[in-house]
Amino acid sequence: MGGMAAPQVAPVETPDTHEVPEPDRPWVTIVWDDPVNLMTYVTWVFQKLFGYSRERAEQLMLDVHHKGKAVVSSGARERMEHDASQLHAYGLWATVDRS
Amino acid sequence: MFRRRGDRYVATFAVDEVRVLRKVASEVVGLLTDGFDHTDPVVCRLFPEAYPDDAAGAAEFRRYTEGDLKTAKIDQAGAILAALPGDGGGEVRLDAEAAEAWLRALNDARLAMGVRLEIKDGTDLGEELDDAVAEDPASSRVFQLSVYAYLGYLQESLLNALID
Repeated sequence: MGGMAAPQVAPVETPDTHEVPEPDRPWVTIVWDDPVNLMTYVTWVFQKLFGYSRERAEQLMLDVHHKGKAVVSSGARERMEHDASQLHAYGLWATVDRS
Repeated sequence: MFRRRGDRYVATFAVDEVRVLRKVASEVVGLLTDGFDHTDPVVCRLFPEAYPDDAAGAAEFRRYTEGDLKTAKIDQAGAILAALPGDGGGEVRLDAEAAEAWLRALNDARLAMGVRLEIKDGTDLGEELDDAVAEDPASSRVFQLSVYAYLGYLQESLLNALID
């Protein structure tokens, strides 16, 4: 990113329904890589369940694929358990953990 | 393969395809009803442990979610059985809700077959099929691998029609 003369602009935080202030979000939902689910399907599920943009959903899918797992949502424990069970209904391999 | 036509998702299936789809959807239903067994690796994959390092948490999660999840999976496999034409083959027309149920059910069927066929990351399906054919073209593995590949194409075509 060297050589950029443009003035620094602070990145804008995009609000997200699953994101709440730090102290209240000690839990995360993790999706793990598996050899069967189609990449396009996984992207579609992330958009469908979390309302993520195509770009964000695709990036998460690629993280799952290349890094073996990705945090797909964070928040209260009950909320994460709900997310995990929804992901299981779509056949994704999801677990809940402390962040 | 599925195409979008107006607000419907349409595919024409030959006799053999109808038979295969009925078989795989029925097998998923069987697995989730009479054959339900927590030690079956397929069941483990369809109902993942939410807390791999916390047995008590995992058991509690299962207690609260497993019933609904099982019902949902039986219903979505049922959506395939309900929409299939008779034995002569024919057209399937799905509304958006049924299309999503099919999508999830096809995925469940592929997950189940993937476990049984020991599909791994980086498994080359074409190579697997070639090897299986070389060993015995009439083997059940050749048939299962072909069905697995077919379900993948079908799922992808439905997904593309939905996204389109």
